[in-house]
Amino acid sequence: MTITSTYYLVLAAAIFTIGAVGLLIRRNVIVMFMCVELMLNAVNLTFVSFARELNDVRGQVLVFFTLVVAAAEVAVGLGIIVAIFRRRRGATADDLDLLRDGAP
Amino acid sequence: MSERDILDLVWIVPALPLLGAAVLILFGKRIGEPVAGWIATGLMGLAFAWSIVTFVAMTNLPADARGNVVNIFTWLPAGALHVDMGFFADPLSVTWIMLVTGVGSLIHLYSIGYMHGDSRFSRFFAYLNLFAASMLILVLGSSFLVTFLGWEGVGLCSYLLVSFWFERNAAAVAGKKAFVTNRVGDVGFLLAMFLIFASYRTLDYAALAPGAKFVSSGTATAIALLLLAAAVGKSAQFPLHLWLPDAMEGPTPVSALIHAATMVTAGVFLLCRAHAFLDVSGDAATVVAWVGGITALLAGTVAVMQPDIKRVLAYSTVSQLGYMFLAVGIGAYTAAVFMVVCHAFYKGCLFLGAGSVIHGSHDNQDMRIMGRLRKFLPFTAFGMIVAWLAIAGIPPLAGFFAKDEIITQAFLADDYGLWIVALVSAVFTGFYMTRLVFLTFYGNERWHAAGEESADATHLGVDDPDSDASPTVSYGDPVRFPAAEHAPHESPWPMVLPILVLAGLAVAGGFLNMPFTTTKWFDDWLEPSFRGVSVTDPSSFVQGFVLEAVSVVLALGGILVAFRLYRRGLVDPSGEPLDAKLGAVAPLLGNAYYYDHTVSRVVDGPGRALATWLDRVVDTKIIDGAVNGVGVLVKRTASALGHVQNGLVRRYALGIALGTVALLLYLVVRAG
Repeated sequence: MTITSTYYLVLAAAIFTIGAVGLLIRRNVIVMFMCVELMLNAVNLTFVSFARELNDVRGQVLVFFTLVVAAAEVAVGLGIIVAIFRRRRGATADDLDLLRDGAP
Repeated sequence: MSERDILDLVWIVPALPLLGAAVLILFGKRIGEPVAGWIATGLMGLAFAWSIVTFVAMTNLPADARGNVVNIFTWLPAGALHVDMGFFADPLSVTWIMLVTGVGSLIHLYSIGYMHGDSRFSRFFAYLNLFAASMLILVLGSSFLVTFLGWEGVGLCSYLLVSFWFERNAAAVAGKKAFVTNRVGDVGFLLAMFLIFASYRTLDYAALAPGAKFVSSGTATAIALLLLAAAVGKSAQFPLHLWLPDAMEGPTPVSALIHAATMVTAGVFLLCRAHAFLDVSGDAATVVAWVGGITALLAGTVAVMQPDIKRVLAYSTVSQLGYMFLAVGIGAYTAAVFMVVCHAFYKGCLFLGAGSVIHGSHDNQDMRIMGRLRKFLPFTAFGMIVAWLAIAGIPPLAGFFAKDEIITQAFLADDYGLWIVALVSAVFTGFYMTRLVFLTFYGNERWHAAGEESADATHLGVDDPDSDASPTVSYGDPVRFPAAEHAPHESPWPMVLPILVLAGLAVAGGFLNMPFTTTKWFDDWLEPSFRGVSVTDPSSFVQGFVLEAVSVVLALGGILVAFRLYRRGLVDPSGEPLDAKLGAVAPLLGNAYYYDHTVSRVVDGPGRALATWLDRVVDTKIIDGAVNGVGVLVKRTASALGHVQNGLVRRYALGIALGTVALLLYLVVRAG
């Protein structure tokens, strides 16, 4: 059995969907954060697959950009999460609604 | 320096009085009397000198090259509407700037004497300078918009000057009346400019002149009628004439300036400048001519009954301006401009003379209590008598050549109705001017203080300086004898000199344009400004002579009737002989056909009701309602949409996801 790029693309779509659904249904900020990472990496996988399929190195170059941006994002994101933990014993996304209309 | 360079410097003419106005407004109080007056007069004199230089430079150019536009800066660079702050020197505007600066500087000089001791002496001269500068910008403007700038400046200055003695209620009201009435006409000017721009995409005179021939006659008629509305307001023609008699509340030099040099001739200027539209539209020209004719006749009849020396002259100006409009309407533009020039000479002289009389008889304007003043004011009397003969049309004075040219042209234009109207007006002109001169300078002395026999006559303190009673006397007002005896006295030389100079011009001015083919210097001079306008000459010398003779005989008739009535003055100051002769018509004429009353009634009754209704309903409900409604709508929408922002980050994420899906679907469907 030959493993064609279709397999990779299907896997990437599956991972992306898991990440997206996880982001929408989970309340724990850390888990939501991991879901974002899942989605990012799913996209990376897609890039690499297409780079291979089309024999075009630009797809792989883009992956590096994504990785760098993701690393920076993780640093900032985790910093925010730690700051939230310090202020309020817990990190449930639905409790963090200070920016809603009519908030005190 | 070539002639063109000198014409390029024509902007100096309005700049000089403008500078004077700026200096006097800023430092006038510190400069004080009489230096402020001399500064203003000197700058006007310099402007006159420069106008002469411009004139000489222009005469050295060939006739075809006598139009020169100089752009100082770009005023409105608004897309298609590009207006330069430019000045247009051509024979028409140069005639006017010489007139405005020449007569204007004489009036400035006169004001130094007349305004002596006034608490706002320097302010007065600042306004006078601004007035002259506005008028100069008006006539020199290279486009309708620059002319409009001066037009509005003139309107503003007339307001400031007519209500200069604003402590008196009548003066403040008269100033407002002049301002508001002028605004009515200005609407016409604005609409005309919109229409011109819509039709030609330009407002420049130079660009318009050839184009006006190609517009449809309907558009030309509309433009010409709107411009006529503007001119009617500014030049005090029927039906917007009612501000001018009231403007007599201003200081007399202001009246002279308004009537002789600036302001009221602006309407004639505008119609001459825009004559291309009148040439195309015969209907509009007919309207112009008849507006002028009707005004000339009506104002002439009203002037007959006025007891106030300045009001007679005011109605006389309205009437004479009617002649100018008549001339413009029949296409005799040079005759109209010639009339403007001659009228400036003799009417300036008459107004300054009237001011001298008022000044010399302690602020009395009531001719019923003057009489035999020639013994006391000999120079003033001499000047005014010359001007009287000039305005009445006695040859060979200026008025004869000017007015008879118009009357002859009306006949030659085959418009016999207008010809008869003009002739009848000439009779009235002769009559009321003779009445004025004889009541003022001849007959019995009626200015003595009230004796015992009339001790019950009302003493309303005409010469009481603290009194805020208006010196203007309307028809039907009781005679107010002075409370104390004052002998009339001649005015100081700064006042007498301008009167005599203007009287001299009133004698000589007519020779600029004598009705013989070889001596029509004025016509030849103006010809480049009215290119393509044909003027009919009398078919024969005999015809011309008979036409002139008819109007002279009629004018002499008017003079004779008045002479018979007023030769001995008034036996009883409150007994006007015309009252008995005219019967029921007398109050009608004295009250100016009740036109002012009627307008006041209409404006105060239905007009006020309409304004109140507009205020209550349209303004509060519709206009304010629209503004507030927009606010309420935004507020309601915002609070409804506010619920969407619930602070739940996962909902936002869902929104983003759904949005992305929707976008993708759209793209897929469209691509498919």
